[in-house]
Amino acid sequence: MKKKLIRYGIIFIAIYAVLLILHYTTNISLFYQMVQSMTTSFPILLIVALGGLISERSGVTNIALEGIMIMGAFLGIWFITSLESYPYSNFTVFVIFLVSVAFMLSFVLTLLFLFDIYREKKKCIPIKVKNWMKFVAALILAIPLTLVIRNIQVQKHFIFLMAIMVGGGVGALYSMIHAYAAVYLKSNQIISATALNIFAPAFSIFTSRVLRGSANYYIVTNMQIKEVPILSKIPVIGQMFFTNTYLTLYLAILIFIIVSIFLYRTRFGLRLRACGENPQAADSLGVNIYRTRFIAVTLSGVLAGMGGILYVLPSKAYSTTVAGFGFLSIAVLIFGNWKPRGIILAAIFFGFMRTLALYYREVPFLENLNLRSDIYNAIPFIATIIVLAIFSKKSSVPKALGQIYDQGQR
Amino acid sequence: MRKVKSMCQKVWTFIKHMLLFIKKVLGRVFNVLKPSLISVSIGLFIGLIIMLIFDAYDAFPALGTLIAGGFTGGISGVGDMLEMAAPIMLAGLSVAFAFKTGLFNIGASGQMMMGALASLFVGILIKLPPLQHMLLGLFVGILAGAIWGFVPGILKATRNVNEVVTSIMMNYIALYIFTTMVITFLSQGAGTNSTSRPVANSAALPRIPWLFPNSTANIGIFIAIGVIIIAHIIIHKTTLGFSLKASGFSFEGSKYAGMNTKANIVTAMTISGVFAGLGGSILYLVQSKTIADFHIFTEGFDGISVALLGLGEPIGALFAGLFLANIRMGGYYMQLYSYTKELVDMVVAIIIYSIAVSAAVQIFLKKNKEKIKAFREKRKMIKNQRKVMKQASVNGGDAQ
Repeated sequence: MKKKLIRYGIIFIAIYAVLLILHYTTNISLFYQMVQSMTTSFPILLIVALGGLISERSGVTNIALEGIMIMGAFLGIWFITSLESYPYSNFTVFVIFLVSVAFMLSFVLTLLFLFDIYREKKKCIPIKVKNWMKFVAALILAIPLTLVIRNIQVQKHFIFLMAIMVGGGVGALYSMIHAYAAVYLKSNQIISATALNIFAPAFSIFTSRVLRGSANYYIVTNMQIKEVPILSKIPVIGQMFFTNTYLTLYLAILIFIIVSIFLYRTRFGLRLRACGENPQAADSLGVNIYRTRFIAVTLSGVLAGMGGILYVLPSKAYSTTVAGFGFLSIAVLIFGNWKPRGIILAAIFFGFMRTLALYYREVPFLENLNLRSDIYNAIPFIATIIVLAIFSKKSSVPKALGQIYDQGQR
Repeated sequence: MRKVKSMCQKVWTFIKHMLLFIKKVLGRVFNVLKPSLISVSIGLFIGLIIMLIFDAYDAFPALGTLIAGGFTGGISGVGDMLEMAAPIMLAGLSVAFAFKTGLFNIGASGQMMMGALASLFVGILIKLPPLQHMLLGLFVGILAGAIWGFVPGILKATRNVNEVVTSIMMNYIALYIFTTMVITFLSQGAGTNSTSRPVANSAALPRIPWLFPNSTANIGIFIAIGVIIIAHIIIHKTTLGFSLKASGFSFEGSKYAGMNTKANIVTAMTISGVFAGLGGSILYLVQSKTIADFHIFTEGFDGISVALLGLGEPIGALFAGLFLANIRMGGYYMQLYSYTKELVDMVVAIIIYSIAVSAAVQIFLKKNKEKIKAFREKRKMIKNQRKVMKQASVNGGDAQ
């Protein structure tokens, strides 16, 4: 552990030193621009691929990520546009209420979690909090929040957070359809996911055409952060990560840390991985395979729905498609060899290729090649196939991935 | 008089037996088609509910138009529907053929795109006399599709990479290659106008105005039907088909029986790619058809639904393809009412989902057959008892 840390530290310092020298000797503003533009596509890939990771590690293939993203993006942007048109309708207030309940619930749960840790240390406070109490507390806490929001035009970052919650919730509900079919009804996991993928864009186009007349949405609020107060003054890192970015970047990294801790350091994460590797053994030790898998797919839906919102926010427009980001993040997942660390590297690579497709005209060496941007977009997919072909023997695919678990089976 | 009576009786018994026979056959057919029919009706029903939610007034007439489909437009409408059906049928055949070997060819769209691209190259850039030109176009399309199907197959066989994942990647690679190639080599204007040129008339599939006047129907539908029949023969009447089916049914078992399972996988994927590539060619070797916006061909995904609806059989793909094309045409006509044609996609998605679930439900029913039997017998017994009781009470009443 210590050796690893030292190794990473040395690599980081070396890269940083090289960049510092470059920063003070030549003009690398193009590089900064590219990194800043990468911060729009990288978080989407990272979050959705992590969603896929949770689901696939529990043994359920989730090709429906694209559909879930579209669904989250669609209802999320609907919510954002209705938040932007002040004063709010009753329906908007209702959704605000639901979202604030979710907010408060997560708040209460975090508090209780901390309290639990404290209690275990002290071993003296004999209070048992029941589930319904948590809900009631969240409800009571949520009402004043709703009232406040109803009378104030909300801040842009608050809109962002609420939209993220909406996207996550919608993704969870939508992925439950897939989870129910794939886990409890034991149907073919690819077929039901395909159905969701077909349904989502059709539903969003149909609903918005019938109710609004057009399927194109535009957000007025600009969510971009010009400069983060103090951090943007750091020489290289400041320009790379703390100017002209979105809140999405930090959220994505936070989620990355949470997911890796969740998968590798908690009891539920261990059980989840066991379900993907050897469900029979896990079942014999008392793990409820069906419930674990169902929760895993739902969690992946939450992350994918959030990813849909993240796709919408920087582009500020939505026309019922997420440009294949769902499938791209499946590629990220495979390229990252079903491991969080691999996924973050793969997401950086894929995000970099996507920015290259946008910026290749300004790089003299690439402009001379005179290729179309589609080639750069295709490279990640080709690379994934090559990696699959070469490293397939080494790949750590969950062993029970795609298999239907049946308790009666030998 | 007695003679007439006996004659009548003979005729009656004959009719009775015929009716019984028809009932038996229909029952068997219905048993086979049951999952598809139930799923289709569930899909249409939920579609109706969605329509009712959004606009209750137009829902029922719109559903009527949706089901009537191409027939709303008369004979030319049917022709248009058949033109639309041919590629969908071939895509469905492609997916179904892979199903037979236990493979899921989600990459039919990519194979179709490569087929279409190759045919467009031949159709636009090369000059040849009519029939040869068309045949060359189709052949090149088949070849491109085969190559695009071969890659997932070989990766699955030699490296044991999941073919679903590779096919998805291949779809996107095909999309980007297609876009680049069409815009750089086949577009109308230099640079600005990215719309493709139409294929030369000598390469386009000839239309059939003597059968469907005033429609764009071409001989693609006959090619599709012919290919489907060939595929049926390959699967059910040849050694190759048997060995493909066997390795789909049990990989280890067929290996033990001495079949070359790895070669089988490659063959199945390649043949599947051939069908999809042919479908792509038929889709774009059409008079004055141009490509303006570039996205993954939806026909390939339709192929998945067609294959599932057709129970994974080539002949099933024929009828399911016709049904899907019909419903799509219905979607176009339905836009007269206050709905958009995306409703069809929603209905199709629900149909696919219910097929996926129905397989599970059937397995469940099969497993619990004895329980259900016991339950039925119990119900019968209770009924009989009630009957007896009733009769007893009636008799008792008489006695009084």
